[in-house]
Amino acid sequence: MSNPVLVFIDHDRGAVGDDTRQAFAFARACLPDAAVAAVVIGGDTTPAVTGADTIWHVRHAELDDYAPEAWGDALHQLAAEVTPSAIVTTGTERGNEVLAHVAAIADEPFAANVVAATPGAPWQIRRARWGGSLLEDATLTAVLPILSCALHAYPSDPSTTSTTSTTSNPNVAEFVPVLQPDAGRTRIVDRVQVAEGITLTTAPVVVSGGRGVGSEEGFAAIEALAELLGGAVGCSRVVTNQGWRPHADQVGQTGKRVAPDLYIACGISGAIQHWVGMQAAKQILAINLDRDAPMVTKADYAVIGDLHEVIPAIVDEIRRRRAAT
Amino acid sequence: MSALRILVSVKRVPAPGAQITLTADARAIDARNLGFTTSPHEECAVEEAIRLVDTHGGDITVLTVGPPEADEQLRYAISVGAHHAIRVGNEEIASGEDPDPQATARAIADAVLALEAEAGVFDVLLFGNESADSGGFQVGVRVARALGRPIVNGIKAIDIADGVLTARRECDTGFEVYRMPLPAAVGVKEGINLPRYATLPGRLRAKKADVQTIDASPPRGGLATVQFATPAVEVTETVLLGTGADAAGAVVDLLSELGLA
Ligand SMILES: Cc1cc2nc3c(=O)[nH]c(=O)nc-3n(C[C@H](O)[C@H](O)[C@H](O)COP(=O)(O)OP(=O)(O)OC[C@H]3O[C@@H](n4cnc5c(N)ncnc54)[C@H](O)[C@@H]3O)c2cc1C
Ligand SMILES: Nc1ncnc2c1ncn2[C@@H]1O[C@H](COP(=O)(O)O)[C@@H](O)[C@H]1O
Repeated sequence: MSNPVLVFIDHDRGAVGDDTRQAFAFARACLPDAAVAAVVIGGDTTPAVTGADTIWHVRHAELDDYAPEAWGDALHQLAAEVTPSAIVTTGTERGNEVLAHVAAIADEPFAANVVAATPGAPWQIRRARWGGSLLEDATLTAVLPILSCALHAYPSDPSTTSTTSTTSNPNVAEFVPVLQPDAGRTRIVDRVQVAEGITLTTAPVVVSGGRGVGSEEGFAAIEALAELLGGAVGCSRVVTNQGWRPHADQVGQTGKRVAPDLYIACGISGAIQHWVGMQAAKQILAINLDRDAPMVTKADYAVIGDLHEVIPAIVDEIRRRRAAT
Repeated sequence: MSALRILVSVKRVPAPGAQITLTADARAIDARNLGFTTSPHEECAVEEAIRLVDTHGGDITVLTVGPPEADEQLRYAISVGAHHAIRVGNEEIASGEDPDPQATARAIADAVLALEAEAGVFDVLLFGNESADSGGFQVGVRVARALGRPIVNGIKAIDIADGVLTARRECDTGFEVYRMPLPAAVGVKEGINLPRYATLPGRLRAKKADVQTIDASPPRGGLATVQFATPAVEVTETVLLGTGADAAGAVVDLLSELGLA
C-alpha cells in the first residue's frame, strides 16, 4: 500500500462542483492502490465531501475564505507531514493556482492539464497543450509529484464517489498549519454579484455566435433562441475582439470551457482554439454558410445556410409549435 | 500619485490555425508555415500596463525568455507603448529549446533582481494567466514566490491607489475582489481590456529600439518534454438537416428529440 494521494478540493465557501468528482477519478486512475485523502481548506464546519477515504480539514483564521498564497502554504505544510505519494486536483482556476503555489514553495515540478499519468521514477505523463489541441508526453521527476488533470479529461464517474466508505462519514482529521502574519494578504476581500440563474458553464444548451453573426445587433436572434431553449449565449474570440459581446461569453482556449448537452455554433468556423472550449459538448449543431468549415465537418448535425435566415426560422418554428400545443 | 515601474513577462508562441502539424521527430510544432504571436493573455497584460502608466505615469519593461526571434514580440510591445525590452536566454534557448517552467521562472526572477538592482523595484509584475502553448499555470506564481511578492491569477480588472492594488477575478456568479500591497504581481486574463493596435510612429520607434539581452543558464526542473502528439480526430458523420430557413422544421424535430423544444 503506497502513501495516500492528497486531493485538493476546490470549494467556494463549502460549495463543491463537478470538478471534485473529476479529481477523485483522476486520483484513482493514477494511483489505484493509494488511499484518497481529500483536503478541504477553510470553513468551520465539518466538510461534506463524499468520494474520499479520509478527509483532512485544514483550519486557521487566515484560511476561511479563499486566499491562494495561504492555501498553498497550508497544503504544503500538510504534505510535509503526510508525505503523500502525490498531490492532485482538477485544473480549475483555483486548483491550478493552489498547486502552483505548493510547487513553488517546495521547488518541485508541477504538471498541469494532465490527461494520463503513470507513477514511477520518473512519472510518465501526457499533458494537453495549446488548450487541448496538442498532446505532450513528458517525464515528471519529483520527490513530491504535483499534478492537475485537464477539465473534463476524467469524466466524473458517479461510482467513483460511491465506492468508498463514505456512505457514512469517512475519517475527518483536522490540521492546523502555522502561517506567517502576511500569508493572508491575497485573500478575497469582497465579492461582486453579476450573474444569476443559468451561466455559460452550467447551461444545458449553449447557442454561440461567431464572426458570421456580423454585429452586436445580430446577437438578438441568438439570444432569443437561447432563451427559448433555457440556454446561455456564447461566442468566439472574433466576437469579443469586435466588442459585440463581453469576454465573459467567450468559449475556447482563452475563454470558458463548456460541456453542455447541445452546443449550437452559428457562424463559427471551428478554429482549434475555439473547438477545445466546446469539444466536450454531448451534441454539436453547426449553422454555417460553408459546408467545409471544420465546425461543420466535426459537428453531429449541420444546417448549411445564412444564419440570419436560419435562426429566425427556428425561433418561429419553436414558437409556432408551442402555440399549437 | 506616484509613477509606476511595471514589468510584463511575455512569451513568443506559434499561432496555429485549424490544424497543428508536428516536425518529423515530433519534438516541436512545425512552424514553417505559421505566424508567431504573443500569448493572448500577455498581450492584454501589455495593454493593461500601458493603461496603468497612462493613469499614473511611469515606465514599462517587457521581458521574454526566448530565442532572438522573440525580439519580434518585444518590439511589438514597444510599438504599442512599452519602453524597454529585455530578452533572457542562452545558446540552447536560442536554438529553439523551450525551458521548463521551473527554469523559466528562475531565469525571470534572476533577471528581475538584476534589473531592480540597477534601477529600483518594479511596483507591478504582470504575467499572463497561462502561456498559450505550454499552459503550465505556474511561471508567474513561481517568480512571485521567489521574490516574496503577493500574486493573484485570473485577473480581469486592476486598479491602483495609495500603494494598494485592487484586482477582480471573474467567477461563475460575478467577481471576487483581492487587494494587495505593492510591490505585487498579477496573472492577467484576456478580457481585462481590448489591446490596441500599433500606430505607424509606434512601429518606427520599435524598429529602432534596443533589446537588452541577459544571459541565464538556470538549472533544469523536473518536467521534461519527451515528444508531442496530435490527438486522434474523431471522425463524425455529420447529419445534414437541410439548407437555409427550410431546415427549421428538422432542427426543431431534433430539439424536441433532445427534450429541449
Ligand atoms: C493563442 C490563441 C488563443 C485563442 N483563443 C480563442 C478562444 O478562446 N476562443 C475562440 O473562439 N477563438 C480563439 N482564438 C482565435 C481562433 O484562432 C479563431 O480566430 C476564432 O475562433 C475564429 O472565430 P470565428 O469562427 O468567429 O471566425 P471565422 O474563423 O472568421 O469564421 C466565421 C465563420 O462564419 C461563417 N459565416 C460567415 N457568415 C455567415 C452567415 N451569414 N451565416 C452562417 N455562417 C456564416 C463562415 O463560413 C465561417 O465559417 C485563439 C487564437 C489564438 C492564437
Ligand atoms: N518563456 C517565457 N518568457 C517570458 N514569460 C513567460 C515565459 N513563459 C511563461 N511566461 C509568463 O508566465 C505566464 C504563465 O506561463 P505558464 O506557466 O507557462 O502557463 C505566461 O503567461 C507569461 O506571462
